[in-house]
Amino acid sequence: MKRKHRRLLFVLGGGVVIGLAAALVLFAFRDSLVFFVTPSDLAAKGRPGMTLRLGGLVERGSVQKTTENGIPHVRFEVGDGERTVWVDYSGVLPDLFREGQGVVVIGKLAADGHFAASEVLAKHDETYMPKDVVEALRKSGHWQPEAGPPPPAASWNTLGLDRKGGG
Amino acid sequence: MGEFNSGGFEAELKTLPLSRRRGRGGARGISRFANPGQFLRLARPLVAPLALLGVALLGIGVYWGLFVSPADWQQGDAVRIMYVHVPAAWLASAGYVALALASLSSLVWRHPLADLAALEIAPVGAAFTAICLITGSLWGKPMWGAWWVWDARLTSVLVLFFLYVGHIALTRAFDSPERGMRSGAILALVGVINLPIIKFSVDWWNTLHQPATISLFHAPTIYLPMLWPLIFTTFGFSALFAALVLARIEAAVLEKRLRQRLARKFEAGFAEGA
Repeated sequence: MKRKHRRLLFVLGGGVVIGLAAALVLFAFRDSLVFFVTPSDLAAKGRPGMTLRLGGLVERGSVQKTTENGIPHVRFEVGDGERTVWVDYSGVLPDLFREGQGVVVIGKLAADGHFAASEVLAKHDETYMPKDVVEALRKSGHWQPEAGPPPPAASWNTLGLDRKGGG
Repeated sequence: MGEFNSGGFEAELKTLPLSRRRGRGGARGISRFANPGQFLRLARPLVAPLALLGVALLGIGVYWGLFVSPADWQQGDAVRIMYVHVPAAWLASAGYVALALASLSSLVWRHPLADLAALEIAPVGAAFTAICLITGSLWGKPMWGAWWVWDARLTSVLVLFFLYVGHIALTRAFDSPERGMRSGAILALVGVINLPIIKFSVDWWNTLHQPATISLFHAPTIYLPMLWPLIFTTFGFSALFAALVLARIEAAVLEKRLRQRLARKFEAGFAEGA
């Protein structure tokens, strides 16, 4: 009985120590554990020439696509609601790239404050909805996907379903 | 498990009493399930129904998810990968909880079944983690534009996979199975710290991986007709996970019994000959 309890205490104590150690390590490395920095972070800490990953929403109406010598080139603004950064990128964009979408761009901050991206990743958010639901929200004026994140889920996750049920 | 070096083999038999001595009042409470005989009586009739239930639910869920539920407005049909990826991810974590509980009862209460359970849970958990990683990668390339990124969620799930694989290797790396099991149990318990990191990585840090869609604290941010197949595949995978683990533990118990019997016969024959 005694030994059993001692072993249990030992395991619990070890758990507390490991938990604390992990929390301290994760806290100390919190800046390097993020996958991307936001335009506000960049404004506060960014220096020209830094290679980093910048994340935010593609600003509405900012996307300018051109083609130079057969290579697609795109300029767009990435914003986090406070600040925006202009991004230049040459190459193929992922399928999910659109205005209002979250993106992570990898590249260098240029001296003039532009961001020269070598890679563009599209970030998918946690919402899943079919096309007709998006169209219905767009028509009713509840959500324009180009403008930013969707409205609260309760307002659309059963949209149109009660009609089929005869209600 | 099949090494025939004599020292380890005898130690194994000593540390794993396969039928508890009767007559001392019997085990009370939860520990009566730690009796391998009792376990066999309970688990055996469960394996086939669980497996059938799992296949049926998974069949319905996969058909529903692939052919009936609507496509996503952005992801198109690639969203259907979710019906396998998400249950696999949940079970990868749930399996690790089971592994940790088995390790805890092995270390603290020395339950004779706990070591066998840990030994048999780990490969199944590793397989589900691998399914999660592979399906995620297949989804990531067309959607994100990358097969793999080192963000906190993906990295912590990869660590989970390595914990499972490490447990499989460590438990088999010692001449004495008892020491192997103890080392494996300690590894499994230390690795528990990774579970909250996996769960909250998407909230604590910026990640490329999206945060949780289904939560206790808000309405699911998914159109409900896309959610139903996910519920079916989740229960289907869970039943299959349980059936696989129970069948493996059952086989392991029977294997031990057989070896014990063979060893007794061998000893008897040896005594006669001498």
